[in-house]
Amino acid sequence: MGKKRNMILGALLLLAAILAIVILEKQLPPTHIALMVLKKGCIYSLVAVSMNLLNGFTGLFSLGQAGFMLVGAYAYAVLTIPVEARGSVYMYFDGGIINFSVPMLVGLLASGLAALLFAWLIGLPVLRLKSDYLAIATLGFAEIIRAFFQWDKLGVITNGSNMLRKYPTFNSTLFPFIASAICIGIIVLMIHSSYGRAFRAIRDDEVAAEAMGINLAKHKRMSFCVSSFFAGIGGGLLAMYQGSIQAAAFKSAMTYEILLIVVIGGLGSVTGSCIASFLFIASSEWWLRFLDSEMTIGSFKVPFLRAGFRKVVFSVIIMLIVLFARKGIMGDHEFSIDGICRFFRNLGKKKEVKS
Amino acid sequence: MLKVKDLKVNYGGIEAVKGISFEVPEKSIVTLIGANGAGKSTTLRSIVSLVKPASGTIEFMGENITGKDTNEIVAKGITLVPEGRKIFPDLTVLENLKIGAYMRKDNLTDDLNWVYDLFPRLKERHWQPGGTLSGGEQQMLAVARALMSRPKLIMMDEPSLGLAPLIVKGIFDIIKEINRQGVTILLIEQNANMALRTADVGYVMETGSITMTGTGAELLVNEQVRAAYLGK
Repeated sequence: MGKKRNMILGALLLLAAILAIVILEKQLPPTHIALMVLKKGCIYSLVAVSMNLLNGFTGLFSLGQAGFMLVGAYAYAVLTIPVEARGSVYMYFDGGIINFSVPMLVGLLASGLAALLFAWLIGLPVLRLKSDYLAIATLGFAEIIRAFFQWDKLGVITNGSNMLRKYPTFNSTLFPFIASAICIGIIVLMIHSSYGRAFRAIRDDEVAAEAMGINLAKHKRMSFCVSSFFAGIGGGLLAMYQGSIQAAAFKSAMTYEILLIVVIGGLGSVTGSCIASFLFIASSEWWLRFLDSEMTIGSFKVPFLRAGFRKVVFSVIIMLIVLFARKGIMGDHEFSIDGICRFFRNLGKKKEVKS
Repeated sequence: MLKVKDLKVNYGGIEAVKGISFEVPEKSIVTLIGANGAGKSTTLRSIVSLVKPASGTIEFMGENITGKDTNEIVAKGITLVPEGRKIFPDLTVLENLKIGAYMRKDNLTDDLNWVYDLFPRLKERHWQPGGTLSGGEQQMLAVARALMSRPKLIMMDEPSLGLAPLIVKGIFDIIKEINRQGVTILLIEQNANMALRTADVGYVMETGSITMTGTGAELLVNEQVRAAYLGK
């Protein structure tokens, strides 16, 4: 019964989610914060899952995610700005040197491929490093790439340190939802394939994995490239979400946000990363906003509340998580339909015992 | 089947193996015994290229495999059961076994049944993470995982390390059984008594060189071996 039932329930859940999004979009004004959170949450889910593939499943501690998102975002924007708009976007560079533009989906694919290309190139030297050293090297890559894309000499392609805009974006929340869902689906398939098993074997014990005949260099590079590919697509989606991009925004703080999501969700849990993404985005953009504005109840002025206090509370929450829930929300477990069924069955049993 | 000639290996700046030669005939059990630091593990690790030999040749089934990539050597039919078991603690028992067969892309059902027959305990626990097994069960898993690649030669690095005597006996029974089914075995051990009782041929290693050779039975009664390794 298990598999078939799970497939049906899974499909129903997905349908319910799509339906919920459609209804929300009908009911709420298009700029409502809930919709923004949903969109950004979808994108961050994808990037977090891609980072989890690398950090949680393969055990490679990389901090280059923002760099790959930047590459993806730029690849998308540069390739999809309509020809007639190029003159005004590249106003300091005589309209740039690219005089064609590709459709949206091709651009999105290109954003992944561009990130993959960069990952492949820097993966050759960098993946020989382990743990902290790998983190430092990838972090360095992300910083260099950010400066590189703002270089004046590259302005004819990247528009230097100026904004890229006027490229096609999405309006419906369904677009990032479906795009992310497809990408995450592919990552999940990969994790459950023999490649995924090899990744986890490398994470558990490199020497033993090598002794089993797993080619360490090849598999690490594969994981790195796949992770970067999807981070690139995430970057492309983020560019669409924001409507305009600038290399300066892809700071290492962005990588840390994503790392935070991965850790809060649980290293090695795809569903954990997704849940944590929505929680993180919702709290940072919406639920904790009230902390930033002064509030008076009657004549009593609530202390501490002022611009920036949100960040303080956020940091405290993070410290609490690290101290008391080190494994994150999901640990390395997955949120599954079987799990929910078991939960309800156990709930039923307890009630029977009581009555 | 396996011929090692003048193998020298440097390990961390010292010459860990100083030019040893030995042979493992097909379908036999060969053991290398010796104290800590004699270079036994380094020898095994260099056979599967986990460390690169400084000089010498390693020949497997008439083919020179010196310095080839580990995955190629595994594909040719040599598997190492690493020292200290080194199972994958967060992977389930079944996943551990599947990783063992990573170099093969064909159907695994027969092989799974084969190792489950040898180790019924693993079948009962196939869904558990490897890290939750007891020490003996982890050693069984390490051996079973190595068998999943259908090796012609299986090399075991101290399979009795840290296990209770009764379990050690069980492991050695399994080793004999695997050998009876046609797998050649190269075993290194500090538990010289058990190893020599099981082996057809034994080599004694001391600080990087082979100092004695003989059949298992011969070495068992050899005065020097008895004094140095059997505590008599």
